Amino acid sequence: MSHAPLKIRQEMLRRIHAHGVETYPHECCGALLGRDGDGSREAIDLLPLANRRDDSPRNRFEVTADDVRLAEKTARERRLELIGWYHSHPDAPARPSEYDRDHAWPWYSYIIVSVQNGVPRDTTSWRLHDDRAAYDPEEIETVAHPASI
Amino acid sequence: MAVKVIIPTPLRAYAGKQESVEVQAATVGEALSALTARFDELKKHLFADDGRLRSFVNVYVNDEDIRYLQKDQTSVKAGDTISIVPSIAGGTGN
Repeated sequence: MSHAPLKIRQEMLRRIHAHGVETYPHECCGALLGRDGDGSREAIDLLPLANRRDDSPRNRFEVTADDVRLAEKTARERRLELIGWYHSHPDAPARPSEYDRDHAWPWYSYIIVSVQNGVPRDTTSWRLHDDRAAYDPEEIETVAHPASI
Repeated sequence: MAVKVIIPTPLRAYAGKQESVEVQAATVGEALSALTARFDELKKHLFADDGRLRSFVNVYVNDEDIRYLQKDQTSVKAGDTISIVPSIAGGTGN
């Protein structure tokens, strides 16, 4: 299934990269707030969140249900939707793992940034298939200004 | 009795694009069974192959997490609202 590109400002990507560098060698995570409709999707704002996986933060992240509810509330207050999530893969490729797939839902955009030796490298985005079997890569389209959807 | 189940945005495509669905149930387990009986496509996103709720799927009755109540045996009464909230997890797995 093909999806419209995920539009995002370069400045927001830089903030995601900076978060991944800040928490390296641990994984960072956060919410993507934006708009989705009429075949178009745009991330308008970020909500950086704490990685709650204290036991294994180098190769796992977790956003608790309470933090998810906080992200949903924040999105509503900003008149946006919770459209997805971002996290980093320290010293690993920006590709979803089996563990990622087991813990995902369709519809959300999942941005992954690879941070190699503390330096942000590839950034990719993914959407889970309806049947949960695999992810589709989602094109990231950087924009200068937020578009009105 | 009729309880309302709020469908999270990512799963609305599998529930007739509805934001909420009313089902007849006396427990949370019955409510989720009724929901997935009506919308079969929802099942694989809520339940693992062994029939248990997926580990990252959390269920609330009104504002209470059912893990701290009686889990799927938690009783519900008319007018209660059931919410389904994911926790988001992942990582390299290395």
